[in-house]
Amino acid sequence: MLSAQNLTLPSRLHDVSLTLGPGEVTAILGPNGAGKSTLLACLAGLLVPTQGTVALSGTPLVQFPPRTRARRIGYLPQSPEVAWDVHVETLVRLGRLPWQGAPLHRPHTSPAEDDAATAEALAAMDLEAFRHRPLSRLSGGERARALAARVLAGRPQWLLADEPLANLDLAHAAALVARLKAQAHEGRGVVLVLHDLATAMNHAARVIVLANGAVAADGPPETALTAELIENIWGVPARWLGEPGARALALG
Amino acid sequence: MTRLNLTLLAALILAVPLSLLAGKVWIDPFHPAVPNAGVILLELRLPRALLTLAIGAGLGGAGAAMQGYLRNPLADPGLFGIAPAAALGAVFAFWTGLSAAAWTLPLFALIGAGGAMALLGLIAGRSGGVALFTLAGMMIASLAGALMSLAISLSPTAFALSEIVTWLMGALTDRGWHEVWICAPLTLAGLAALRAAGPGLDALILGATAARSLGLDPRRLQALLIAGVGLTVGSGVAVAGIVGFVGLIVPHLVRPFTDRRPSRLIVPSALAGALLVLVADCLCRVLPLVSELRLGIALSLVGAPFFLALLLRLRRSPTLDGGLA
Repeated sequence: MLSAQNLTLPSRLHDVSLTLGPGEVTAILGPNGAGKSTLLACLAGLLVPTQGTVALSGTPLVQFPPRTRARRIGYLPQSPEVAWDVHVETLVRLGRLPWQGAPLHRPHTSPAEDDAATAEALAAMDLEAFRHRPLSRLSGGERARALAARVLAGRPQWLLADEPLANLDLAHAAALVARLKAQAHEGRGVVLVLHDLATAMNHAARVIVLANGAVAADGPPETALTAELIENIWGVPARWLGEPGARALALG
Repeated sequence: MTRLNLTLLAALILAVPLSLLAGKVWIDPFHPAVPNAGVILLELRLPRALLTLAIGAGLGGAGAAMQGYLRNPLADPGLFGIAPAAALGAVFAFWTGLSAAAWTLPLFALIGAGGAMALLGLIAGRSGGVALFTLAGMMIASLAGALMSLAISLSPTAFALSEIVTWLMGALTDRGWHEVWICAPLTLAGLAALRAAGPGLDALILGATAARSLGLDPRRLQALLIAGVGLTVGSGVAVAGIVGFVGLIVPHLVRPFTDRRPSRLIVPSALAGALLVLVADCLCRVLPLVSELRLGIALSLVGAPFFLALLLRLRRSPTLDGGLA
């Protein structure tokens, strides 16, 4: 269980409370500036709210040593920045850092386990063919998959991703969504900040809509993400077309 | 131990004995014609060779760590202001005439370096942010530079003035064992701190936020870096003056032979830096000039064109060795 109680950060979040369960994909939605990324960073333990607490299985996140927290919660930031032109496998293996012993710290893993987790993450993101390729020779979609695989290599119980589908074309976005859903089916909690409402409607088990730093709606997408809500929050008249699971959003 | 480290180590094991034979007086190991060859080898050349190794290793390792920390291939250990602050300490020793005793000059330089480290820690240490840290370092560098110029312009005697200016050029002439005992242990301690910073520097490949999500403690990393760069660069400046460009060039030469993770670059850069400074110092000794070429000048003469070539190469292909971001 990853839960937030009365999270408040001045002018960014106002009294946000929610409890997330494992095994499902939760989408955090909202217009620009609604506080989506701030909420995700709080849930990942990277931002400490001025009021309220985030707790993992009942223990406040601030009480976890950073590396212990990092072994439980994987976080994929929005910007795909990579400083050196490393190979895909080297990049993915960075996800093992929280498990490896820092100097004077006991490792929580073995080289064999690191190899296995890296190979598993590469396979999950369909990157085996690219493992020895430098990042500079990947397309944007391949690089997004490599960065996602980096998070998976840490085998976290929770997978938090900030707009993982930004900059991806249709096919690559669909492929990444399918792979993230597969992670949820394996029992991980997957939390995604998304802009594309149709993706959230069709693939998330639960949506949390933020507006001005507060929760405006929370629930299964078919009931929570109504046309009226979209018009209220985003200010655009909209209606859903199609059947559940294959919805499209018509604007205007 | 990787193949790269072994190769560099083998090159060093070959180069050190050869460097002992080279100089104004060449020594034939099998038929020593020079009567005091033993003294030259043990009291002059061996400590000098060990000093070049320590200084080069410190600068190479510190350069690799700095480039990793700032995520920038153009970073150099000088950016943190440690070297100018150490030089300022040494200038103060000259200025007051205290440099006459053998230990005071390096001691003052070490105090200067320690002051810069403490100031860096005080200014930037609380947030752990990279930008503030770098700006603080540049501020310290410029302040130390200004104070040095002030000291030179107000120099009490012409003798002190020429001492200061010559010393600042960086050289290893007339150095002995006590400089080795000052520099080598501190450099080794500094390199150990930089190596301990390795996993944190690797996490930074992904950017500051992702690095924190991997469990990195930015303040701890910063403290290790201040200690590592401060000890290596500070002790190097304390015994040899300012030696430029090694920290910038060496990581570039080594990086293509590694997997480009900063943690894997520190040790080979230290070994390659040691080799580069050893060879450069030998050339300084051997070149037939009226007075011996200063090591700092020699390295900068080679380093500046290299730096230019590097810039041009980076411009041509932005992903070659530089950032992807």
